[in-house]
Amino acid sequence: MRGRRFISVLLLKIVLLCLQCNYRTDFSAEELSGGLNFTSYNFSKDAFGVQGSNLTRSESRFFQSGNELFRTNWVAAPASVQSLDGLGPLFNANSCGSCHFKDGRGAPPDEPNGTRFGLLWRLNNGAKNKKGAPEPHPIYGKQIQDHSIPKAMAEADIVITYDTIKDFYRDGTPYMLFKPNYELTNLAYGEIDGNYKLSPRVASQVAGLGLLENIPVESLLANRDTDDLDGDGISGKANYVWNIVEDKKTIGRFGWKANQPTIFQQSASAFNGDMGLTSSLFPEDEFNAYQEAQNTPLPEGGYPEISDKQLERITLYVQSLAIPAKRNTDKPQYLKGRTLFYDIGCESCHKASFTTGQNSKIASLNNQKIYPYTDLLLHDMGEDLADGAPDFDANGNEWRTAPLWGLGLIKTVNKHTRLLHDGRARNIEQAILWHGGEAASSKNEFLNLTKKEREDLLFFIESL
Amino acid sequence: MKIRELYTKFFRDALIVTTISLLSCEMKSVTDEEFASAAENYADIVLANYQDSYDQTIKLKELIGEFVADPTKEGFTACKEQWLKARIPYGQTEAFRFYGGPIDDEDGPEGLINAWPMDENYIDYVEGDETAGMINNLEEYPEITKALLVKLNESFSEESIFTGYHAIEFLLWGQDFHENSPGTRPYTDYVVGGSAPNPERRGLYLKLIADLLLDHLSAVKNEWEKDGAYRATFLSSPKNEVITKIFTALGEFSKGELSGERMFVAVDSKDQENEHSCFSDNTISDIINNFQGIVNVYTGEYTKVDGSKISGTSYAALATKVNLEKARAVDEAIGETYKTISAIPDPFDQAIIENEDEVLKAVAALEDLSDAFADVSIELKK
Repeated sequence: MRGRRFISVLLLKIVLLCLQCNYRTDFSAEELSGGLNFTSYNFSKDAFGVQGSNLTRSESRFFQSGNELFRTNWVAAPASVQSLDGLGPLFNANSCGSCHFKDGRGAPPDEPNGTRFGLLWRLNNGAKNKKGAPEPHPIYGKQIQDHSIPKAMAEADIVITYDTIKDFYRDGTPYMLFKPNYELTNLAYGEIDGNYKLSPRVASQVAGLGLLENIPVESLLANRDTDDLDGDGISGKANYVWNIVEDKKTIGRFGWKANQPTIFQQSASAFNGDMGLTSSLFPEDEFNAYQEAQNTPLPEGGYPEISDKQLERITLYVQSLAIPAKRNTDKPQYLKGRTLFYDIGCESCHKASFTTGQNSKIASLNNQKIYPYTDLLLHDMGEDLADGAPDFDANGNEWRTAPLWGLGLIKTVNKHTRLLHDGRARNIEQAILWHGGEAASSKNEFLNLTKKEREDLLFFIESL
Repeated sequence: MKIRELYTKFFRDALIVTTISLLSCEMKSVTDEEFASAAENYADIVLANYQDSYDQTIKLKELIGEFVADPTKEGFTACKEQWLKARIPYGQTEAFRFYGGPIDDEDGPEGLINAWPMDENYIDYVEGDETAGMINNLEEYPEITKALLVKLNESFSEESIFTGYHAIEFLLWGQDFHENSPGTRPYTDYVVGGSAPNPERRGLYLKLIADLLLDHLSAVKNEWEKDGAYRATFLSSPKNEVITKIFTALGEFSKGELSGERMFVAVDSKDQENEHSCFSDNTISDIINNFQGIVNVYTGEYTKVDGSKISGTSYAALATKVNLEKARAVDEAIGETYKTISAIPDPFDQAIIENEDEVLKAVAALEDLSDAFADVSIELKK
């Protein structure tokens, strides 16, 4: 019963704000991160799992189906529930929700050998295929799959250790950062050539992605400055990536390097690479003939293991997740932090606001003024964060600007505050301190701030 | 049929209330005393309903204790029958979720009590994997304890469920691959030298989760006791806050959870295991009890397991006073829901395949009901 009374009072206040289903009717524009239709007032551990409002009845129903598919555990074939079998043979996770727990974010384990949920490693030697995607490793494929169905051999284990970096703010306050090192052990299918870089990828929270997908391309390109012609030190490059459905390159929006054009393709790709499930978009398991020959004969789940209908449900589910409202927008500290956010140049890349387009099939996603704090473009983030893994037009130093909305609620939903592509940052402060490259000048300005100012800025970001 | 009686009775009551209001000629405003009285009556219903769940679960725990000590076929059947009985009051309490009350606030035990769907191979053997589950994994889990079970619940994924009603259900019925019957786990799974390895660990597991279920129900019930902490907070809240909570619960439960996750998803996927009580085939009864819980809250009346009644000022009556038209819409939606739910043939896992239209009609009725509740709640808050 510990803390119940206190929490109840807190919740009471939250409920007070709600009219029905987590939405309220009177608001100030500042806190409406997801616009009128897609801002939720649920700040509980379910904060990233709230349905947007004004969906049609059938959209609402499909949302429920998608939700179920998102959290359901896929199993090895053959199984009693045929629509949910076909996992693996090799995989990283057996459900969407095991990496994106409660629609939230993954993290590296605390122990070097600890169980990983929501962290995987891509393999990249710099070579690209005809379409511009990284050329898969001839045996291990696009990524290391550290799990397998019974009787198959998982590809490898990964041991994570950290080097501690100590440094100081200009005011003399010390800080520490932790730089990860990865070692592949128990390689089941032979050694991996040293030219291959291991590029770690943490699973991001999925709330609000439907809104990001619906930002007009022109609005994204308005911020593009590939060769930094305006000389402000910030480039902003659009990644053009292969769109399987359209059979041509279109702008990338999702993934750490913006290497996926749509939620539909991103989902199909994750089902395929991370869970070992075939679909109309990805008809082959990431399990090649050599690997097959190394294993005893294994059951197959048929083709496709995930149907288009199931993919559509998952896609609609992710598209329809609302984003939590900003908190504290009326507090002086929020306003001070916001001023600093602009003053030291964070907003050059973490663009505060867009208005969504008119063309989403889900009508309530259209024409929403949103506050994602990203430009969805690529930026050179410096050597310290570089993974050396080019991906379509992204080079080894470039990363997509991460959206900042919802960041302050990761600790509520996922019980951790790990950030950046590999989860190396223990909190928002460390994530800022890792910024380099185009963001070096903003990072330096952050180092120059007083302790109070730094707290104000962090308070603002936590409130997003 | 219980549901038939309820149906008839509901219409009789609705007719009386409506007639009285019509006779009174003018829409009266509701007094603060009436709102306070309705909230008090709600709290009484909540307590009585959790008390029933608790009492029925004590019986379940006792029967499980006796069965595990001396596993017999009769003892096993008695456990299953009592599980089904315990589900009747618990199903009705689900109308008290969705507003961060004791059942599902930040540290509320809902996920430990009634989480589903569950991936049963975290617990025990399944078809195709004789060694699955904690019960058969002595290496990783040499000792099964209550603390360990609570810690692991929902830890690997949202479906890694180790505790609660459905975990007990799985250990009593086993997986259900049958069209015409629920799961058929033999009682000899609990007999040394019987039908499955690790019978004693299985028995211990079952006892521990029955015990935990009781702990968690007790914690929630205590909050609603006459001197309970949450009850005091709840009853001292401003009137509109109370209405928001109660109607948010009714709305979200009828539309999101019941019609959506528990009914539409099952029809949409046609997966036998996507029904709420998939091992025991008790889903239709769950749906009826869930709906009964919604009706209890609105009509301000709860029939206890012993047949006695709790009743008092109802939100139905208050709604009729503030806006007769909107109140009638709720009455009609309740009637339609009774009708459509009653038309779904048992068992649910076959109905989602053979009787899709019937299930979808009930889904639509519940959606209408949710919308009607939203309208009434706005009127009550004016």
